[in-house]
Amino acid sequence: MLRKLIDSVGPQFEAFKSQDEGLGVTETDKNIDVSVWRGGPDGGSFQRFEVPKQDNQTILDVVAWIQQNDDPTLSYRFACRVGMCGSCAMMVNGNPRWTCRTHVNKVLKNDRLEIAPLRNLPVIKDLAADMDPFFDKWREAGGVFHPTKSRNDPVEEISPLEEERQNANAGIECINCGVCYAACDVVAGNPDYLGPAALNRAWTLLNDTRDCGSQSILAAVSRGGGCHNCHSMGNCAHLCPNELSPMTSIAGLKRVTALSFLRPGN
Amino acid sequence: MLDLKLYLLQRLSALVMAPLVLGHLAVIIVAVQNGLTSEEILSRTQGSFWWALLYGTFVVAVSVHAAIGLRVIVFETLKLKGFALNSLTWAIFLGLFFMGARAVWAVTAVGAT
Ligand code: SF4
Ligand code: SF4
Ligand code: FES
Repeated sequence: MLRKLIDSVGPQFEAFKSQDEGLGVTETDKNIDVSVWRGGPDGGSFQRFEVPKQDNQTILDVVAWIQQNDDPTLSYRFACRVGMCGSCAMMVNGNPRWTCRTHVNKVLKNDRLEIAPLRNLPVIKDLAADMDPFFDKWREAGGVFHPTKSRNDPVEEISPLEEERQNANAGIECINCGVCYAACDVVAGNPDYLGPAALNRAWTLLNDTRDCGSQSILAAVSRGGGCHNCHSMGNCAHLCPNELSPMTSIAGLKRVTALSFLRPGN
Repeated sequence: MLDLKLYLLQRLSALVMAPLVLGHLAVIIVAVQNGLTSEEILSRTQGSFWWALLYGTFVVAVSVHAAIGLRVIVFETLKLKGFALNSLTWAIFLGLFFMGARAVWAVTAVGAT
């Protein structure tokens, strides 16, 4: 009886197994020449590793392979591995990327990879950047919700068709990955600049009719490091993994701040 | 480094300059038709309130616009800030304004040349 069961399941199991291998990661005989930035807040240098090339391999797979098979002291950050949490961003061949969803094939140059911590942020160790300045600026840009109601009030109905709601929706899917912040040359040149993500957040909040902090948001984004410093070159929008356009949000902030200055009370 | 006011000044000066640049180009094309001589230019501009106003406005707009633009470049590339940056911005504005105003005076004031 048992024999029969095994015989009948066996071929199906084999078929399932080979299908799984087809979809999963298979090794090829090529190697990738990977330079990984090693060091701490006071500096460091690139270290080279040979990593076996595999099909369907992501940059995060490469980093994990090094840490698991070559050097367990390599530090890096990730959590979800499916593009939700925003914690795995690094510089890859010069551009910031979410590494868990960036396929090696897409960014490989001459079988070489250069992986470094996110630009424009202090380094904690190796590939882990210190995200504090990034999130401090979210608060500085007025990004904390200013509620109009208490928990005892009925839930407000918001029509998804309202223009303001649509503006907010266009920028709301930010996963706080910091890719745009690392991509922005104005952040590089001006450490006080609030940066694309924080300003994008300010814009979505400004368009949220449940938020009563419009005036404080407009004041926060109009200071020396505010939205008016953006050169509208669009590298943030070009590289945002969620295809958001912080540049468009910032253009909205420029427009609204200018109008409210010229026509106070509106 | 730009705040809202400098940003607005730069946009407004650009707004003023746009039609003036086009007008200036048109004048150049018309003016060179019969050869370019100083008499011809001065006969048009000397004693003319409107030419003085046109080029005077142009000079003010250029001085404001260029001073703010250079301020941003200097701040981002040379990291100059605070008092030094403000002084430089004013110096560029005043320098351009002085040179421009002198030129406008030279071609529009009667007896200036
Ligand atoms: S568009 Fe603005 S915020 Fe985006 S990268 Fe360029 S300067 Fe930075
Ligand atoms: S706007 Fe895009 S790139 Fe910037 S933090 Fe959000 S998801 Fe990342
Ligand atoms: S690990 Fe969560 S987005 Fe990459």
